[in-house]
Amino acid sequence: MQNMKTTEAVAQGIRRRVFEHTMRNNGGYLSQACSAAEQLAFLYNEALTLGAPTRPQIPEPFQGVPSADNPGYVTGAGYNGPAAPHLDRLFIAPAHYALVAYATLIETGRMAPEGLEMFNKDGSSVEMIGAEHSPGMEVHNGTLGIGLSTGAGLAWGRKRRGDSGEVCVFMSDGEVQEGQTWEAVQAAAFHGIDNLWALMDVNAQQCDGAMDSVMEVGDIATKLRDFGAVVCEIDGHDLDALRQAKAEPHPGRPLIILAHTSPTQGMGFLRRRFPRLHYVRFKSEDERTEMNHEIAAELGIDPVAYSH
Amino acid sequence: MVEMVNRPYARAFEDYAVQHPEVLCLSADLTSSCEIDGFRDRHPDQFLSMGMAEQNMLSFAGGLGLAGFRPFVHTFGVFLYRRPYDQLMASVAYPRRKVRLMGFLPGITTPGGMTHQAIEDISVMRTIPNMTVLETGDATEVENIVAAADSIDGPVYCRVLRGAVPRLFDTPMQVGRMRVLSAGSDVLVITAGITTEEAIRARGALDAAGISVRHLHLNTLKPFDALQILDHAASVRHGVVTLENHLVAGGIGSMVAEAMAGAGLARRLIRLGLQDTYAHGGSRPYLMRHYGLDALALVHAIERLTGQQTGIDEAALDVVRIDAVHSAAKAEAL
Repeated sequence: MQNMKTTEAVAQGIRRRVFEHTMRNNGGYLSQACSAAEQLAFLYNEALTLGAPTRPQIPEPFQGVPSADNPGYVTGAGYNGPAAPHLDRLFIAPAHYALVAYATLIETGRMAPEGLEMFNKDGSSVEMIGAEHSPGMEVHNGTLGIGLSTGAGLAWGRKRRGDSGEVCVFMSDGEVQEGQTWEAVQAAAFHGIDNLWALMDVNAQQCDGAMDSVMEVGDIATKLRDFGAVVCEIDGHDLDALRQAKAEPHPGRPLIILAHTSPTQGMGFLRRRFPRLHYVRFKSEDERTEMNHEIAAELGIDPVAYSH
Repeated sequence: MVEMVNRPYARAFEDYAVQHPEVLCLSADLTSSCEIDGFRDRHPDQFLSMGMAEQNMLSFAGGLGLAGFRPFVHTFGVFLYRRPYDQLMASVAYPRRKVRLMGFLPGITTPGGMTHQAIEDISVMRTIPNMTVLETGDATEVENIVAAADSIDGPVYCRVLRGAVPRLFDTPMQVGRMRVLSAGSDVLVITAGITTEEAIRARGALDAAGISVRHLHLNTLKPFDALQILDHAASVRHGVVTLENHLVAGGIGSMVAEAMAGAGLARRLIRLGLQDTYAHGGSRPYLMRHYGLDALALVHAIERLTGQQTGIDEAALDVVRIDAVHSAAKAEAL
């Protein structure tokens, strides 16, 4: 299923929707939209082979957790289409990118805009930290570092089954601080899992601030290559570079694309908040008003009408 | 003389796995220690070496489950939940993946000391929603555990015995069904795993001393059949003794206490096991004696419960197992 919009337009729409949501809700994951908009737009609009969504455009309320007493349980994976052998699978490893991922689903016609109005509302499946049952999610990734391992296991299994579809894991650079990430890379290389690829948003940010101030991680590309991955380093806002990197051959190894990005791309006003960008809250109504006008102007849209 | 069976898991796993191609064999660098070295050598296509990296192994197994496979994850029990607890929760238990967690060396069956002894695994595993918990008590149950585990619609944790294992039972284990090993009327004794053999040793001597024991052996710890336990507890005169290769908190003693409290059944309960303490490294008989997990500890508990001195000492206890063959296969190794 290909979208009718250009990938550039999808990326711009992601920024706009996350911005509007953040203004209306008095805070949000703005910087993740800035850094990842092109990547998620690229994944959904071009890179991944996905079927038509199997879930309702307007997400159902929370239907309970998996249990033997809940036989009707389904994950949110249906928003990415069915799990057919020839289709790709996507995990959003940093589950706090959920708001950005939901905006992508809307921009690519997989979820109605009303879905975002359910974000973080009690009883909703459109959760703040993407859960298994949230639109576009298939596994829990709320604890960082488990996504690539799960993707590697799924990919090994799909390869054994002869599926032609690949497994893609969208990652964040903060995850390289977790030991499990390195366990996953070495295992994927050791077992020759080459139907696995990852796109990592290298925005050099984490919850406490700039990564270098929290825990230096050195040269990620060199480390990943030493652990056995094929690595491409690109400008994560450059769609042609993303296309070229995805085409990189990686026989017998996983491909990991390091997409270097800016956490304020498209919303330069946010640079004032550097380095505390993980979750943008407003310090005052004046600041909220100023940000509303300034960023709207940068995005080329009208300021957002919100209630106080 | 009790028959000793050498490495029953090795044979049972191979026999089962070769018939079920969706079954995969995962190991974290303890392949011969978990008796799957022969399987690795004969069936390399069904074997995945995951290295010393349990966190990845648990999430990877969850991914294999998502792809429709049923991975049997082999390592020491303690390594299946202490380090990779988060992965166990998020990648295996929550999504109900059909991952079979085969935990070797339960409790004090290892001389490896604190880092190797899974003494709180039952407590941890039984509180995890969606998890099933099984425990093997003899060679027959070790032979049966592979198919039993693979019959579970969801994740399952198994306490597996290895090496030379006595055959105590001649009927197969059935998930959810406890074994009633004796139907006495004075005291209810509830055991599982290696403590069942201890209770069998004590029973003969207790009978001779005029104390009639009702003895239950559990191989399914979750789901826990509280109703049956309550029926048995209500039918004895003096009360209940639980004897477990585990901390008394959170394990079988706690489950029985919860069942009786919930039903308002007033019976005295003595919980034998590790009493809020770590163990240390040593042989199994030494550790069982030192921490009060053996037949003699059971006799003393029953004396306290009945107020009756039996005069039973170690020499009087039936020996259903010859110490010379005890764990000969792996006596020195981990």
